[in-house]
Amino acid sequence: MRLAGGVLPKVCMCGTHILSLHPQRKEEQRVKISLSINGTQHEADIEPRFLLVHLIRDVIGLTGTHIGCETSICGACTVLLDGKPVKSCAVLAVQANGGQVTTIEGLAKDGQLHPMQEAFWECHGLQCGYCTPGMIMAACGLLKETPNPSEEEIRHGLEGNICRCTGYQHIVDAVKYAADKMVA
Amino acid sequence: MRAYLPEYELKTPANLAEALRLFSDEPGVWRPFAGGTDLMVLLEAGKLTHTRFVSLWGLPELTGIESHDDQIIIGALTTYSQMQAHAALRAEFPLLCEAASWTGAVAIQNRGTLGGNIANASPAADSLPALLVYDAELELISANGSRVVPYNGFHTGYKTSVLRPDEVIKTIRLPRTTAGWRQHSRKVGTRKAQAISKVCLATIAHSENGVVQAIRLAFGSVAPTPLRATATEAVLKGQPINAVTIAAGRAALLNELKPIDDVRSTAEYRAQVAANLLVEFLEMLA
Repeated sequence: MRLAGGVLPKVCMCGTHILSLHPQRKEEQRVKISLSINGTQHEADIEPRFLLVHLIRDVIGLTGTHIGCETSICGACTVLLDGKPVKSCAVLAVQANGGQVTTIEGLAKDGQLHPMQEAFWECHGLQCGYCTPGMIMAACGLLKETPNPSEEEIRHGLEGNICRCTGYQHIVDAVKYAADKMVA
Repeated sequence: MRAYLPEYELKTPANLAEALRLFSDEPGVWRPFAGGTDLMVLLEAGKLTHTRFVSLWGLPELTGIESHDDQIIIGALTTYSQMQAHAALRAEFPLLCEAASWTGAVAIQNRGTLGGNIANASPAADSLPALLVYDAELELISANGSRVVPYNGFHTGYKTSVLRPDEVIKTIRLPRTTAGWRQHSRKVGTRKAQAISKVCLATIAHSENGVVQAIRLAFGSVAPTPLRATATEAVLKGQPINAVTIAAGRAALLNELKPIDDVRSTAEYRAQVAANLLVEFLEMLA
């Protein structure tokens, strides 16, 4: 990958992870961070302005986390940071140092969908799918706090995630379905 | 992808003393950065002109909620989610917890902090009217020591305050003196979630036999700062709750508010709705 102006990005020792999209910046302006993403410990040497979502997508290469509005409205970039939903476009990667991040790729285990993923499948909780990773992560965060939510609690838990296709009803159904499965 | 954010520096001190030293060695050069829920929006829009920040996120000296006999002390980095989860805050200071549940949405409430909301000083911030009616005090700390100031009066104008460039907010203190008061809050916005308020109200009152013994009223989004409507409070205090008192309260409030026209609403709408919210509360109190 070449950046504008033919600049090669700085990559890690294995040659596959982009460590900085701004290699021309001075070393002392970079910060070393270490964080766990889906159970794997990662280290990166990044600029302070680097967003958590850019670290996840461009450095680690997990592109299931989507970028939508970049103004912390739409929720497409929602991930769990230390078990709680956050909008990863509005969190600086440096501020996630030492944290544990879970993205949509961290949910399925051994080829088995997570109950929330299965629920979105069964209840048709998506159409175009763009909001879905964020919606599922927000829903997983909700069930950690409230394992058996009412419809109102589901709607409150997901109010920071915008879907422009479904009208939300099937998404609410999916969260209820997953809650029933996970409690059982 | 808007990857090329403006260049800026962010220091991550290991403890509060180190952060305070940065603020005091070069006052005004470094600014505090807490959960970033307000600053990140400006940053990504290219509207954040300041470029040198100190991350306070996670500093233990600024976190935690302590319950004492006479007051509850909230660390400045307490998030909206942590406030809502705190049993004593929910029971005694429900308006603060309600406002926390209106702020952004859950993912924002997990990052946004009460101290950050105060320092950011938006007149539309939902949690600030609640602090005004609870007569909150702020503990401000710098490398040279700390001081306690009343929250009412902290903001000196639009986005300005008595906070010095070398100081940060350490704690927010809520006196436990309003048990048994009637408490009420309302937010009027475009949506219930994630919408910045057109008007919001926090109010507590104490009435006996239909007479207002004491009332505290505070509004957001109707003046350059969160507004404690003391002139209206004075008109209502000691009065029987009837049509004459309600009309007098309404008139006093319309005189006291200084709303503006902006992208979210008009001055006229804000004034009328604020007055309606007051009337609604007085009718509940009657």
